[in-house]
Amino acid sequence: MATTSKRKAKAAEIGPDQLIGWYRDMLQIRRFEEKAGQLYGMGLIGGFCHLYIGQEAVVVGMQSAAGETDSVITSYRDHGQMLACGMDAKGVMAELTGRSGGYSRGKGGSMHMFSREKRFYGGHGIVGAQVPIGTGLGFAHKYTGDQGVCHVYLGDGALNQGQVYESFNMAALWKLPVVYVIENNKYAMGTSSERHAAGVDLYKRGAAYGIPGEAVDGMDVQAVYTAAIKALDHCRSGSGPYILEMKTYRYRGHSMSDPAKYRTKEEVTKMREQHDPIDTLKSKLLDAGLIDEAALKEMDREVKLIVTEAAEFAQASPEPDLAELWTDVLIEA
Amino acid sequence: MAIEILMPALSPTMTEGKLARWLKAEGDTVKSGDVLAEIETDKATMELEAVEEGVLGKILIADGAEGVAVNTAIAIMLEEGETADDLGKVMEKAGPSVTPVIHDGGPQAALMAQAPKASAPAPVEKHYAKYIRQTVREALRDAMAEEMRRDESVFLLGEEVAQYQGAYKVSQGLLDEFSDKRVIDTPITEMGFAGLAVGAAFAGLKPIVEFMTMNFSMQAIDHVINSAAKTLYMSGGQQPCPIVFRGPNGAAARVGAQHSQDFASWYAHCPGLKVVAPWSAADAKGLLKAAIRDPNPVVVLENEILYGQSFDVPDDPDFIVRIGKAKIERPGEHVTIVTYSRMVGTSLEAAALLEKDGISAEVLNLRSLRPIDIDSIVASVKKTNRIISVEEGWAFAGIGSEIAALMMEHCFDWLDAPVIRVCGADVPMPYAANLERLYLPTPDGIADAARKVCYAK
Repeated sequence: MATTSKRKAKAAEIGPDQLIGWYRDMLQIRRFEEKAGQLYGMGLIGGFCHLYIGQEAVVVGMQSAAGETDSVITSYRDHGQMLACGMDAKGVMAELTGRSGGYSRGKGGSMHMFSREKRFYGGHGIVGAQVPIGTGLGFAHKYTGDQGVCHVYLGDGALNQGQVYESFNMAALWKLPVVYVIENNKYAMGTSSERHAAGVDLYKRGAAYGIPGEAVDGMDVQAVYTAAIKALDHCRSGSGPYILEMKTYRYRGHSMSDPAKYRTKEEVTKMREQHDPIDTLKSKLLDAGLIDEAALKEMDREVKLIVTEAAEFAQASPEPDLAELWTDVLIEA
Repeated sequence: MAIEILMPALSPTMTEGKLARWLKAEGDTVKSGDVLAEIETDKATMELEAVEEGVLGKILIADGAEGVAVNTAIAIMLEEGETADDLGKVMEKAGPSVTPVIHDGGPQAALMAQAPKASAPAPVEKHYAKYIRQTVREALRDAMAEEMRRDESVFLLGEEVAQYQGAYKVSQGLLDEFSDKRVIDTPITEMGFAGLAVGAAFAGLKPIVEFMTMNFSMQAIDHVINSAAKTLYMSGGQQPCPIVFRGPNGAAARVGAQHSQDFASWYAHCPGLKVVAPWSAADAKGLLKAAIRDPNPVVVLENEILYGQSFDVPDDPDFIVRIGKAKIERPGEHVTIVTYSRMVGTSLEAAALLEKDGISAEVLNLRSLRPIDIDSIVASVKKTNRIISVEEGWAFAGIGSEIAALMMEHCFDWLDAPVIRVCGADVPMPYAANLERLYLPTPDGIADAARKVCYAK
């Protein structure tokens, strides 16, 4: 995917191609995740499976502002990040089904995929642990002088981990090129931010370290992109880290096994109907006459085909060879 | 009673397979655990093991036969005393009997794979033309300096490693030579800087993380295990993590329970890590250099009390100690003392005491705890037939427990006495000088244990 990925235009120069590209990228993540949910229900995907549905604008907006050498790391709600980084849908879906064609050859699963080629560094299952690791990726960008910035994604729940502040401190102290993207979807699993966070303005959490932060409408891809350009410029200029609090929402439960009883159906419905990032952009495109229904339908068909092929591949790909149990524990020195 | 060997199901989906080849012939005597044949499934070639002792009476399905259905009789085993005449009886018998144990390289196979083919003793150390007298502290510093000169991607970070020159002066002089780009003072933030270093390693750098002591590495153990050790596996081999976690481990002196603990078994427990524990300055230099060059995460367990002790170190830029090999520090005939780190010295003192009693003890310095050098331990025990383990750590699930288990698996028939573990007392480390002495293994205590396995008074 990633037709729109990589920065081509300044914020002020957002053209029709950019808007259409965002729409398509978000749609592909949405359709992919819906298919993953379906395969999970069929018993083809096991264990934990955390869907990104509702949050698509965050990663698509961020990636379209990314530089060539930027790196990305996130926690376990990671399928959207992988697709937006340009990883192959087939390989991601086959990892979800635990097959040899998956990115980790079936040994990682939903939460653990990596692509050094696409500079995607996982895929981490311990809430908050990706934050110092991502800060270290930022350290490496500075050490090697490759002009890259690490995009570290973390949820509102992760923000209460002590290691996040250890990371903020070092990143600010050493002026590391790291943008911390807080995906505030309002719930740390089942605990709402009002109940888990003292002070709900999460973008201010870096203030004590002098890290600039701002809140962004994470349901609006254009707003995300504009904020990302500013934040990444700051990091790339050698001024140190930046915090973006993306106000977003997940429609599905925390994971597939979460019935989401901690919020009302009305709340979810209201978000979907009034703030959906894909529907909002679609209306904008149609109203501005940038695309017509026929072209949208064609795009829908193309995306569906990619996802269907990914699902077919993920079922046809064989399970890993039994000998794989013993490989990749250590690199032979 | 003759029994049938059946074609096993070797995967959930296997209904039939190919009998690739027999490794035993008719008339061969078979022990349990012997590999009888190789079987190809749709996924892999697997070994078929015998569970019973006996004689391979008759092969019913020949080499190379394809499409052999699961549960088909493929051979008949005769028990001792039975002859070919007994074959007929079982041929008439219907239904399956005992299914052989199959291993596809399971835990047991993993151990067996490491078992020595011949009783190869620990190799004699190469002799170098020139040696210099150095403290362990200097040897560690030189190891880091040499590797940092050799490879720009190697850097050191930790608390007080730069301007203070190291809390224990191990990194003395490194800041001057390599600048603050590569010798980095961190805040007191173990979880944070360990995680940061893992990220740098993911990106291709080679961090050396100094924990002021390994006690504080508990703040960071999530990153050592979950982030560093497991990622190569979780990524299907795509994402390496070349990193060294080092620092003083084990009992220090009069610092109480939170600053005196041996974490050897904690780290050695985990696949995906290598764990080394040097004793001498040569160990320290050679193992740390090997650790820095290793493409995997390596935990280097140093010892504060050894830092100031001097040893001969080969004066050779290519000197390196291979991870995974033990060293015989003192050859002996009657009992093997297997140990690591500071307890090597204590065990050598014990061996000197034993010599006065006419007991010749072989002291084996493990050097590496994961992988552990089974070959050298087994070779030593095949010579002495008696073994004790010595460590500062607690006995429960400790390194000695692992040694004892390995002896059961590899040396059961070679042992003349049960293994004894000499360990730290099963309490948190006390502060009082007399209680602290009581906690730790002593030369006398080690010698007593050695006498016990020798059935000497």
